[in-house]
Amino acid sequence: MADFLDRRAAVARLLADRRDDLLVVTGLGSPSYDVMAAGDDARNYYLWAAMGSAAMVGLGLAKAQPTKSVLVVTGDGELMMGLGALATIATQKPANLTICVLDNGHFGETGMQASHSGLGVAIDKVAAGMGFPWTARIDDLRGIDDLRLRLSARDGVRLAVVKIKADNPPRVLPSRDGVHIKNRFRAALGFAPN
Amino acid sequence: MPHDAPPAQEAGWPVDVFNVLKRHDVKHIVYVPDAGHSTAIRMAVADPDIHSVVLTTEEEGIGYLAGAWLGGERGALLLQSSGVGNCVNTLALAACARFPLLMVVTMRGDWAEFNPWQNPMGQATEAVLKQMGVMTWRADAPEEVSPLLHGAATMAFNGDGACAVLLGQRLIGEKQWVK
Repeated sequence: MADFLDRRAAVARLLADRRDDLLVVTGLGSPSYDVMAAGDDARNYYLWAAMGSAAMVGLGLAKAQPTKSVLVVTGDGELMMGLGALATIATQKPANLTICVLDNGHFGETGMQASHSGLGVAIDKVAAGMGFPWTARIDDLRGIDDLRLRLSARDGVRLAVVKIKADNPPRVLPSRDGVHIKNRFRAALGFAPN
Repeated sequence: MPHDAPPAQEAGWPVDVFNVLKRHDVKHIVYVPDAGHSTAIRMAVADPDIHSVVLTTEEEGIGYLAGAWLGGERGALLLQSSGVGNCVNTLALAACARFPLLMVVTMRGDWAEFNPWQNPMGQATEAVLKQMGVMTWRADAPEEVSPLLHGAATMAFNGDGACAVLLGQRLIGEKQWVK
């Protein structure tokens, strides 16, 4: 096995020097903790349930906010549960959406059982087959730096699989109050709560 | 309604569905196709002010509409009753974050159903929605569609509610299996 990336270091690097126009959606479990560990931000929307939905939340947000960049940070298991979303996203071609799949080949939250990617499914190739014009498999920080620079380009939908070590760093928990996080996010974009 | 009622396409309610959504400033219409929704889908696709998004499975729409609302815009999910079953777990997103959710559900397994495989989900649709915290209204006559959908849209977008309008099979008309 290659030396896979430390998930916290990879996500912190991806969100370093974060621009004001970057909106982030996280899939449930460790990706939410990773983004939280990199620094809580009103422009983050953390999912705690609805497994398989993170990419679609990102699509809806990207379509409603075409002048902002939208980054979905999720895990390989979460992404696979809503695999059809990749087909839906590919047909919509949101130029401002990037999906970053933190891929440790396991279900990290539930006891490190092997996942489909761990058993051979190449999510980046699936996305390419669905019609994503740009996909990547990243296993070093140089690749993370390259992806970060592309976030602001908004010139085509992207999916990057980031190969990470299968470990569980200490949890850094975002708020579980979905209403609060929703209203905080919308306020950051200038929208009042109902 | 007599069994030889004219085809639904000639009635006004399919157009009403689209017009009510427009009146409520819906900018995103996401759907898994159904014959009963074909008019609204066609009008949505033709409208340059509306993002129309075909889904591979209905629960995708719940996530999509949550994202659109985070971005300040309103949308609606068009689906068939069988698709309500696909949505069950994802409805937690609307419940926990109180995202506005407007669903328009065409019923199968509801009345004069030829295909019994539609019946289990069709008979469970309204109860399942209620169990997951979705408010429901049911239209069986053409004149009910517009006011019920208007009411549901109001409670979704102004009250952060999860709302579903069920369009009954008597309204839609019997599916012709043998031509």
